[in-house]
Amino acid sequence: MTVAESITEECRPKLADFVRVQFDKARDRWVLQGPERVLVLDETGKEILDRATGAVTVGEIAAQLAREYDAPADVIQHDVLAVLKLLAEKNFLEIADDHS
Amino acid sequence: MTTLERPAENLTNGWQRPPVAMLTELTHRCPLQCPYCSNPTVLSRRSDELRTEEWVDIFRQAAALGVLQVHLSGGEPTARPDLPELIAAARDNGLYTNLITAGVLLTPEKIQAYKDSGLDHLQLSIQDSEPANADRIANHKGGHAKKLAVAAWVREAGLPLTVNAVVHRQNLDHLESIIELAASLGAHRLEIAHVQYYGWALRNRAALMPTADQVARANAVAAAASETYRGRMVIDYVVPDYFARRPKRCMDGWGNQFFAITPRGLVLPCHAAETITGMTFSSLRDRPLEWIWRHDPAFQRFRGTDWMPEPCQSCEFRDRDLGGCRCQAFAIAGDAAATDPVCALSPHHDLLVAMAQDDAASGVPHYHHRR
Repeated sequence: MTVAESITEECRPKLADFVRVQFDKARDRWVLQGPERVLVLDETGKEILDRATGAVTVGEIAAQLAREYDAPADVIQHDVLAVLKLLAEKNFLEIADDHS
Repeated sequence: MTTLERPAENLTNGWQRPPVAMLTELTHRCPLQCPYCSNPTVLSRRSDELRTEEWVDIFRQAAALGVLQVHLSGGEPTARPDLPELIAAARDNGLYTNLITAGVLLTPEKIQAYKDSGLDHLQLSIQDSEPANADRIANHKGGHAKKLAVAAWVREAGLPLTVNAVVHRQNLDHLESIIELAASLGAHRLEIAHVQYYGWALRNRAALMPTADQVARANAVAAAASETYRGRMVIDYVVPDYFARRPKRCMDGWGNQFFAITPRGLVLPCHAAETITGMTFSSLRDRPLEWIWRHDPAFQRFRGTDWMPEPCQSCEFRDRDLGGCRCQAFAIAGDAAATDPVCALSPHHDLLVAMAQDDAASGVPHYHHRR
């Protein structure tokens, strides 16, 4: 099973130490910087990554965003998982399972 | 090079937007003598190299212009004792710092000093998976064994590692074991790059050119490995364009997202651009970076699509491949503004194919080592 496939609601995602979210002043936008990659973040992407600190589960991230944006939880959860899987495939994510 | 992962904005002619990434050749000095070295055949002297404070100012200018990533390369960049200061200056300006090294000059202490200065990522070259052949290619005894130790030190320091392997006729049949080696070294990413034939590599083309069979096998091995290692090690595979029918989208467009700086401060639209004899490039010792990016005639020359001849100008692929590679057009067709000979629509395409076949069949084993 790959890392991307192993991401579930219960995981606590954390951005890898070697990538960073940064404001791109020249272009007025947020980006994720990694080896040979610059990913342009939209508002949702930025909100998700701000919460990928290893402290919160995927399910909690989705629930927080659903409340903030007053959006259906299942739609948000789908978006959150999609973003995190994309990052995991690029090796930009560390995953801790929630056994607590 | 840096990939901007969103659909490219429509290109317009003239200056359109800020650069994303830059390659800095901090020195041309290097203990290895690889026959495909991307440095020019006439190397800069140490006494001509930009000084510490000049590089520090360049990083400031680059970040202000919009550059997000800097590749610290050479020659061998770790030959510069001021490298920790340069890394810190780049990081202080918000640049993502990638060190491109052959590794043989490194110690655990140097790696820790780079990390402490803010280094984000390290890319280590290997020449082969077989030690004897690797050392022969680089003409550096013991180099391969040292690189294996370096990879372990890099991981122990907690730095992410890309392994870079340049492949050609004399190591391509080892591709599977090269991939296994990179994975066993703990690489997060493996870059497999077929030789691009400019400068030193052009001179050594007969000794480097793979056969069509080798290339077909390598393509299949790389595709399978991308699946096998998905989520564990990212594999970026640079295809060999002599065997293609459509040109590569070289540099993502001339003067579009990227520039390179030579050890003595010339700013180039591509690190191989100096192979186009007759073109002149501006120096950061004479001009600010922003002026060069926006106005230097060398950057304007092939920017956008207005410069293109037919059949490129009216081609349906014009905006996709942006006319391919100018250095290759110059190397093969003798005209940097010609259609890239890799393109099947180029009048020079058959010549290119014949050259590749002759070179691959030549059996020339020896190299003119870079020195």
